[in-house]
Parts: sequence; structure tokens; C-alpha cells
Amino acid sequence: MLDNAWIIPAIPAVSFFLILFFGKRIPTKGAAIGITALGASFVLSCVAVYQWIDRVESATGGKSSGLAAFGRSLVTHGGETKPVVEPVLHHVTWWSNAGIDFGVGIRMDGLAVMMLFVVTLISLLVHIYSTAYLHNDIRYTHYYAMLSLFSAAMLTLVVADNTLQLMLGWEGVGLCSFALIGHWWEEGANSKAALKAFFTTRTGDIGLLIGVTVLFWAARSFDIGRINAYALSPRADHSMMLVAASCLMLAIIGKSGQFPLHTWLPDAMAGPTPVSALIHAATMVVAGVYLGARLYPVFWNGFSIGNGGVNFMVLIGGITIIIGALLAFVQDDIKKVLAYSTISQLGYMVMALGAGAWVAAVFHLFTHAFFKALLFLGAGSVSHSGSHHSFDMKKDMGGLRKFMPITFWTFIVGTLALAGIFPFAGFWSKDEILVTAGNSGYDFFLIVGLVGAFLTAAYMTRCVYLTFFGEYRGHGHPHESEPVITVPLIILAVFAVLAGFLNAAAFHIEKFASWVEPRVAFPELVHPAFDYPKAAISLSIAAIGIGVAAFFFFKREKLGKLNGLTERNKVAHAGYMFLVNKYYLDALYENVIVASIRGGIARGSYWFNQHVIDGVVNGTGKGTKAVGQWTYEFLDRKVVDGAVNGTAEVTAESGGLLRYFQAGRVQRYALYMFAAVGLLALLLLIANI
Amino acid sequence: MTLNNFLILSAFLFCTGLYGTLARRNAVLVLMSIELMLNAVNLNLVAFSAFRENVTGQVFSLFIITIAAAEVGVGLAIVLLIYRNSRSVDLDQADQLKG
Amino acid sequence: MPFVLSTMVAQTVVFWILAVVMVAAAIGVVRAQNVVHAALYLVVVLAGAAAQYILLVAEFVAWVQVLIYIGAIVILFLFGIMLTRAPMKPDGPLDNNQRFAAGVVSLFLFGVLTALLIDAYGDAPQIHPKASMVLKGSPTAIASSMFRNYLVPFEVVSMLLLAALVGAVVIARRD
Repeated sequence: MLDNAWIIPAIPAVSFFLILFFGKRIPTKGAAIGITALGASFVLSCVAVYQWIDRVESATGGKSSGLAAFGRSLVTHGGETKPVVEPVLHHVTWWSNAGIDFGVGIRMDGLAVMMLFVVTLISLLVHIYSTAYLHNDIRYTHYYAMLSLFSAAMLTLVVADNTLQLMLGWEGVGLCSFALIGHWWEEGANSKAALKAFFTTRTGDIGLLIGVTVLFWAARSFDIGRINAYALSPRADHSMMLVAASCLMLAIIGKSGQFPLHTWLPDAMAGPTPVSALIHAATMVVAGVYLGARLYPVFWNGFSIGNGGVNFMVLIGGITIIIGALLAFVQDDIKKVLAYSTISQLGYMVMALGAGAWVAAVFHLFTHAFFKALLFLGAGSVSHSGSHHSFDMKKDMGGLRKFMPITFWTFIVGTLALAGIFPFAGFWSKDEILVTAGNSGYDFFLIVGLVGAFLTAAYMTRCVYLTFFGEYRGHGHPHESEPVITVPLIILAVFAVLAGFLNAAAFHIEKFASWVEPRVAFPELVHPAFDYPKAAISLSIAAIGIGVAAFFFFKREKLGKLNGLTERNKVAHAGYMFLVNKYYLDALYENVIVASIRGGIARGSYWFNQHVIDGVVNGTGKGTKAVGQWTYEFLDRKVVDGAVNGTAEVTAESGGLLRYFQAGRVQRYALYMFAAVGLLALLLLIANI
Repeated sequence: MTLNNFLILSAFLFCTGLYGTLARRNAVLVLMSIELMLNAVNLNLVAFSAFRENVTGQVFSLFIITIAAAEVGVGLAIVLLIYRNSRSVDLDQADQLKG
Repeated sequence: MPFVLSTMVAQTVVFWILAVVMVAAAIGVVRAQNVVHAALYLVVVLAGAAAQYILLVAEFVAWVQVLIYIGAIVILFLFGIMLTRAPMKPDGPLDNNQRFAAGVVSLFLFGVLTALLIDAYGDAPQIHPKASMVLKGSPTAIASSMFRNYLVPFEVVSMLLLAALVGAVVIARRD
């Protein structure tokens, strides 16, 4: 399957067309096609994972097959030898011209198979979940068609071996995100949110386009392997790499919801919850991080990550962690809390990449996919069965743990994983980020990460409390969701618990690293050992976070004066309003930037177009017409006709004059003749003397 | 007697005859002036004949005399005709081609 | 060589006398205000020319000149004058209004010709009429030259005379 991994994106693509054309006529309205397709892709992805692990293990000298390699993972594995494991490459050239090769292909290495596994698994679970969640929806078939298309595009992006194919998948997922967010476009807010998502990511796509072009000019190729090799070679042009890395960073900021283009993600929650789980938690938003991971040598060279110190990537990531976490505190909508949490966690991943913690970032991507999808699907379950299709925690939820136990416990698992509590998955991945950051000289960002961890724990506790504890404030009849919904939750919860152990450094397990980290065209990265003090610190900070928030909510009465602080105190209120208004970023974007463009700049451009450009064009036309007219009047009538008429007049006049010579008198003619003879004779005489 | 004597005399006669043809009104007088010119040419020819001691000049002058006679005959016939038609031989009045 | 000298002097004197007479008569032809006077002046010119021919030892030409020119052509002129003159009416002005321009042209042409002749034959040797030239000017010589070398022009001139004769008759007849 490594060699034929192109089948994995192809199956959902085919299912897209099948659902589109036949979905409405078959009994399950297309869901069966989608689920079958994703199921097949998932199985094939597992085969690919197995094959890749086998490939790595046999290259490393292990004499056993993949499964046995799992068994060996619990044994100490220090002092890696790092033999080179080449990725599996297959390329089909569509068109080649002047040394530029356009084609499609697959580049199967650890990163790719990992993403294949994650994407197909979560997509499959979302497909199954959606049968219940979107039951009797008015566009059920189209929903499944778009889900299939999205999966196909995401998988194309993942297996891409050249930047153009990656861009193709990138744009594809952007389109599907737009379509799926605006699934219930009858509501104006939903279509606005879809447009906002599309435009904001589009702003980032400019960076992708420019970055791909710059990389092409630098490395003379679209092939990812060649680009990476070029970036690490001594002849790499550092300033060009910096430009390319900055442009690609813009793409990451747009797609992965980093500050300042994060504003679309919370609004994207207008789409159906399974869509949020799939796209805006686990897969599409991590496409940016995936880009960063794939083309890491470009960033390594461009941002000089190996030298320590603050660079653009780590700075943006760090800012994103904090602002996302802070905003999660003031949300009443459970999905918005999770959206800001996603923003914050994506900030962790980007910060990790910027700090040289590649494995940590990718590992966090891996674990985050599971527990964030779990949390979103849990929120969906709550809304489906608990709060009568509402997501407002304060108004319609509360005390649901009694009614929805499975949802509750899986949600708790997800929260603990997110907060980074041992031994759940989030602990291992987040911890690795913090440790690597600290060891590579990015100490400040270690602090940022710890603060983020505290905030994460706190706001998730708030979220859990408001949803599942206290008294039920809603209007419906809460009950547990059907198995089609809860079984995916359980599956994801299992992964949330166990996934972390793939790289549980404390137990000296670094299987994830050895399988996923590229050996070819990759910089030498720092792999610090498990740092017990730092782990203890981060764990305790998370625990404190939970504790403080729990105290705040569970023991409300003990707060006394702190209650209602934000209403009484002006400063606190201002701070609260600042957060509620999302730092006024939306106001900035909408009212200032967009409005000024729409108003002044657009009007100015229109004026310019009408008067200057059209003026030039019309002026040219008028000028040509005037020249033509002048030519006609002056040149043609006066000069040419004048010459012609003048010749005739001269002839007539001279004829009139010469007429006098002809008097009819012969003697006069004789006089002229002899006078001329005399003159000529004189001339001859003079000439010959 | 130099040659030039004769030649210059001949030139004078010729130019006088020219004056007569251009300045006289009467057609007969114009014919007379033409005879003067022809005589001047004859004198020229004979002078050269004597100068070169060659008889060719004289032969030519004989021819010219003959032609002059023929020409005067025809010319006067024409003048008579003009006189008959317009009662006058005034050349100033003979400036229309018709008539 | 007194003979030669004296003949040379005599010839020059005769020439000059004749020349003056001819010039005066020629001017008379073109300036006479009476047509008959002009005809008579023409007779003088023609006679003078004949004398010059004799001086140049061209006797045959001289006699032909007298015979034809003075004897026939002038008579023709007189007949013409007689037939074209209004009876007993004095002649009007005989010169037209371009006399002055004609005079200028004639003088101009005379000047050019004179300059040319002086330039060309200014240093030509004198003409010495010798006895040998008499034979050359005799009818024998002219006849032999004419009928040997210039026979065709002779015949052509004969035809021309015939044509002129017939033509004159045709033109002048009354019908």
C-alpha cells in the first residue's frame, strides 16, 4: 500500500461523484457510500502504517515485523543509530516543459502515514456519527458528498510529493470547509461565517502561492524532497528561504488559525458539529502545521531555528496560545470554547515547530486530533440529546452528567487529555513541546507554554462545570445519545488515553519519533531526554489550573467579593469586554480594513478606473479620431487637394499668360524664334570661347 | 579682301533681311526681305567657294537661286490669294487662321 | 609684284564700294516707305551681289543672279505689287509695331555673328583671285560638278520647280 497510496485519496474522490450522482436514489441517501469509502481508505491506511513501520524497523535492524515492533517498544531504546530510511516516492509527470515538471505523486514517509491514519480514522468516525446527528437533514446527501470530497482533498494534501499537489489539496479543503460551514446557509449568519472562513484562509493562501513560487525559483523544483534537500544544502540562498518561509508562515497563519487570522475559526462553529470535529479540530486546521512539518528545512533555514532566539514562527505560536486561551474563558457557547481551545493548541504546535521541536509538534498534532475530535463530538452529543440542539452552556445546559454518562465520561477523558494530565495523551505531547522548547534556548516560550497550560486547564474546567454540573437549565428532555454517536466517542476516548504512550519519553519509548521523524533531508534536531522536573512543574500547573477553576465554580459562595467583579469594577469590566469582543479584532477587520477597502479604496479604484484608465482609453480613441479628422481636413483637403487643384490652377493661369504670346501674327513668332536663336548662339559662343 | 569682309557683309545683309521680315507689314515686302536673306547666304557660299577654291559653293548657290525663284512664285501666288480674299496684304490683319 | 599688289588694292577698293552700296540699298529695302522704292532698292542689292560674285571669280553665278534674280524675280515682285495695291491710294505705314524689338534682335544677332566670324576667321588668309580660279568658276566646272557630284539635288530641284510652277498656277487661278 505504500507504493499504491494514491488509492487512498482516490476512493473518497470516487465516492464523492457517486454520492453526488446516485446518493439521492439509494436508501441511506449516500451515507453508505461515504462510510464504505472511508472505511476502505482507513483499512488501506492501516496497511500503509503497518508497511511503513515494518520498513523503518527492518532498516533499523529489527528482525521482526510491525506488530512485534510494537511489542519491542516497551524496551529501552536509548542511543538510536538512525539509519537512513528513504520515503517511498512515486511520481507521474503530467506535463514537462523547459525543465519544469508538473505532475502528481506520492511521498510516503512516517509523517504521511501518520496523517493518513488520523484523517481516515476521524473521517470515518465522523461519517458514522453524522448519520444520527444529521438525520433528516435537508441536504443530507450533499453533506456526505462534501465530506467525501473533503477527505479526498485532505488525503491528496497529505500524500503529496510536490508543492503544487499540496496546494491543490489545500485549496480543496478550503472549498469544502466553506461548503460545509455554510451547510445551513438559509441562516444569514451561517453563510457569513462560511464566507469569513473562506476569505480569511484565502488571505493566507496568497502566502502559500508566493511561497511555492519562491521555493520553485530557489530550488528549481516543485518536488518536496528536492526543496528540502536544497534548503539544507550549503548553496541555499538564506534570504530567499527567509522570504519563502515567511510566505508559507502566512499560509499557516491563515489555515491553522494563528494570530492574527484566527478570527474565522470560532465563527466556523456555525457548521454542523461533526464538521467542526473533522475539519476544524483534527484535520484541516492542522494542514498548516502539516505544511510546516513537511517543508521544515525551509523554515529551519529561513527562520534560523537552530540558532535559538525569537523567530517569527515561535512568536506567532506563542501569541496564539495565550490569546486563544484567554478568549476561551468568556465564551458561553461550548463549541466556541472548543474552537478557541483549538486555536490555542494549534499555537502550541506552531510554537513547537518554531522552537525546533518537530517531533513534539507532530506528536501533539497526532494526540490533539483524537481528544479534540472527541471533545467536539461530545459537544455534539450534548446538543443532540441534552440541550435540545443548543450550544449555549449558560442557558441550556448544566447537570447533564446525570443524564448522559457516556458522553460525560468521554468528555472528561478528553478534557484531562487536553489539560495535559498524566497519563493521558496530551500530557506526553504537550510536555515534550515544553521540554524541547526549554532545551533549545527558547526559554521565554517555555514560560508561555506553561501559562497556556494553566489557562487550558482552567477554561476546560469551566466548560465542564457549566455543561455537566450544577442544575439543568435547559428546556428539553436530556437523555443519552444513541450508540451511533456514543461508540465513536468511546473509540476516540480510548485513543486519547493510549495514543500518548507511543512517545512516552518517561518510559523511554520513542517509537513515534523513530517512525515519523524524517531521516532524509532533515536537519539535526535536539531530542532532549525526559525531564522529570519540568514534567512535574507542568503537571502541577495544570492541576492548579483545574483546582482554581473548580474552586471558582464549585465553591461559588466562598468567593464572596469576587463575585460579579467584572460588573462592578470598571477595569475588570473593560478587560472582560475586551475579551468578549475578541480583542476588537473582528471590529478591526470588518469595520476598519474591509470597510475602508469597500468604501474609500474601492471608490478610489472605481474613480481611477473611470477617469484615468477609461480616460486614457477614451482619450486615445478621441485623439485618434481627432488625428484622423485633422488629417482629412488639413492633409487631404488642403495639402493634397490643394496641390492637385493648385497644379490645375497654375496650368490655367500660365496658359492664360502664355496665351498672349500667341497673337496669331506670324512675324511675332518669327521674332521670338530669332531672338531665341540669337541667345542660343550667344551661349554657344560664350561656352566655346 | 579677306574672307571676313565678305562674311561680315553677308551677316549684315542677313540681319537686315531679318529686320525686314520681322518689321514690315506688307507681305510683298516681307518676301523681299526674305530674298535679301537668301542673297546674303549666297554671298557667303560664293565667298567660301573662292576662299577654298572649290566650286561646290557656287553650285549650291545656283540651287539656292532656283529655289528662291520657286519660292517667290508660290509666295506671291499666296499673297494674291490673300489679297483677293481680304482686299489687303497687311500682315497685321492676317492674324486669324480662318478666313 | 606690283600687279598683284595693285590688283589686291583694286579689289579691296571695289569690294568696299560695293559693300557700302549694298548696305545702303539693303537698309533702303527694309526702311523704304514706298513699296516700289523698296523693290528698286532690292534691285540695287541684287546687282551689287552679282558684282561681288564677279569679284570672287564666280562669273556663271553672277550672270545667273542677274538673269534670274533681277530679270525674273524682281519682275515677279513688281507684278505682285501691282496686283495687290489698291489703285491710286498712298501706302499706309509699312512697318508694324514690333520694329523696335525686331531691330534689337537683328542687331543682337548681327553682333553675335560678327563676334563669331571674327573669332573663327579673323586670321584667315586673304582671298587672291587668280587666273586658275577663272577656270574653276566657269560653266564647265560648275556643270561637271553639278552633273557628277550633285546630280540628285539637281533633279530634285527640277521637280521642285515643276511643283512650284504647278502650285502657283493652282493657287492663283480664279475659279
